[in-house]
Amino acid sequence: MSDTVTADPATGTEPRSPGAVPRILRGALDAFLRQREASVLIVAVGVMIYFQTQTSIFLTEGNLQNIAQATGPTAIVAAGIVLLLVSGEIDISVGVVAALAPYLLHFAIDFYSIPAIPAIILALVISAGIGFVNGFISMVLRVPSFVTTLGMFSLLFGVLLLTSRAYPVAIPAPTKGTIQQWLGAGPWASMIWCLIIIGVLHIVLTRTRWGLHTVAVGGNPLGATEAGIRATRVKIGNFMIASTLGGFAGILEAFRINSIDPNIGGGTRITFTAIAAAVIGGTALAGGSGTVIGALIGMFVLAELTNGFNLLGVNANTIFLVQGIAILVSMIANQYLSRLRRTGRT
Amino acid sequence: MTENATTPEVLRVEHIAKKFGALTALRDVNLHLRKGEVLGLIGDNGAGKSTLIKIICGFHRPDSGSIYVDGQEVVLRSVDHARSIGIDTVYQDLALVNELSVYHNMFLNREKVRWPLLNNRLMRRMAKQHLEDMGVHIADVTVEVAKLSGGQRQAIAVARSVYSDVRILLLDEPLAAMGAKEGALILDLIGDLKTRGDVSIIIIAHNYAQVLEVCDRVNLLQHGEITYDKPTSQTSTQELTELVVAEYRTGRANRNNNARPPAS
Repeated sequence: MSDTVTADPATGTEPRSPGAVPRILRGALDAFLRQREASVLIVAVGVMIYFQTQTSIFLTEGNLQNIAQATGPTAIVAAGIVLLLVSGEIDISVGVVAALAPYLLHFAIDFYSIPAIPAIILALVISAGIGFVNGFISMVLRVPSFVTTLGMFSLLFGVLLLTSRAYPVAIPAPTKGTIQQWLGAGPWASMIWCLIIIGVLHIVLTRTRWGLHTVAVGGNPLGATEAGIRATRVKIGNFMIASTLGGFAGILEAFRINSIDPNIGGGTRITFTAIAAAVIGGTALAGGSGTVIGALIGMFVLAELTNGFNLLGVNANTIFLVQGIAILVSMIANQYLSRLRRTGRT
Repeated sequence: MTENATTPEVLRVEHIAKKFGALTALRDVNLHLRKGEVLGLIGDNGAGKSTLIKIICGFHRPDSGSIYVDGQEVVLRSVDHARSIGIDTVYQDLALVNELSVYHNMFLNREKVRWPLLNNRLMRRMAKQHLEDMGVHIADVTVEVAKLSGGQRQAIAVARSVYSDVRILLLDEPLAAMGAKEGALILDLIGDLKTRGDVSIIIIAHNYAQVLEVCDRVNLLQHGEITYDKPTSQTSTQELTELVVAEYRTGRANRNNNARPPAS
């Protein structure tokens, strides 16, 4: 298909040639494939078709709900990770922020009698504050963000275990009912939040100054600084966004499973699944390019695989194997495709 | 344009010094630039050319010395601040972002916004118009700059600076790593700017023959000082090369002497 892109002027002069319609189709196909999300979308649909042929209940409403609930919170985390990765940084502490945020909510409501909504906002503000500290240490004190957030990961995990004594607690009473339903427990709640957040962040990344500067500081840090972009501010901002979304996803998960548990919902699992989703979705770890929608589809693929294997009765541990292969294959494909894209062929 | 005492000075640099730790990059630099003039700044590697440019564009602060723009002393606080006064730089390492389109690069950090979104349509139109005005031919401004040649990227970087109402343009090795044809593209661009007369330019260059082609005057920077200042008409490539080579030879002799430990 790449042959038709490097258009040959001789054939271009006769648009009514018999090959005209296929050429339009090919053009459309090319335009589609040029979208970074295309390859992962094809995979998502392919996996869906495969599981539907293998087990007829895959596409039932109940099961789609399961997949949506597995996709939503982690895709929200992945969206924040995408912004960070595009700006050339990473945060591996988001998972623990996700585990910590529901506890913050619990402390605020049950110990300090703060009303539900302000308590939720407080938990998110503290999550943002953790992101700020990550950003400050990485940008101002110049510690590589991988190391910063590795330290923060451990530190927060310690705080979490010490303050919770590693015991699960019940959802605070004032949030039961409407709030809990809207913030995670409702069957489609986390997916709806996920779609809203993905939509907003997609626009932020592709259509606003913030997004443009995020790409610029990730793609050419020196050049962006020389152009007067305040890289520190942009990156710290993205650390804060990622961490806030981590906290929010953790709250959604806690409401959904109807318990605040230090070992469920947060932790390494959500961090690495979110990074995997971002990478499978076409975001480069090197910075400068990435897509929020791709991360959503990437997360959807991972959720489909887990769910599908469950339905087929395949050993749950297989999913790790498959996830690993998916990451490696998509990274290799990414590398290859972006080189093709760069040279102007599909 | 010819050297003319009545043409006002847009930039004057006096007694600039800058150290990085134990390394003295600039000792005592004095330099001036007249309106519409193209000044070539030459010197061997490590003579302090890039440091000087980074001071004039607000990236570094000098340890001492003063900078005057239009006769007024200024303290440049940042690249942004220098740019607001009309001083802009095109770096050899190219400040363009490969992952962004031509027009986004043209408007980098000066984006047209229809809050909260970027006004991409307006930026595309303006970028296209401006590049055409400057005689830079880019078929499609929405293409990522990674796909363009080195010369085209440099031309876009220059066009970007000129577009932002720059009055003092600093070009750091504008012809580095560029073929003859692409180099000619940039030289033509500089020639056009000179004809317009509203932009004054300092070019840092290694290739003296090409410098002489577009410059009105040449300054030589050696060991952190300007040691030579002549109109282009009174110098030649050969003379400039000899000056630098002579400096290299004496420099090497000095280094050899210094490197020898004191007699024990």
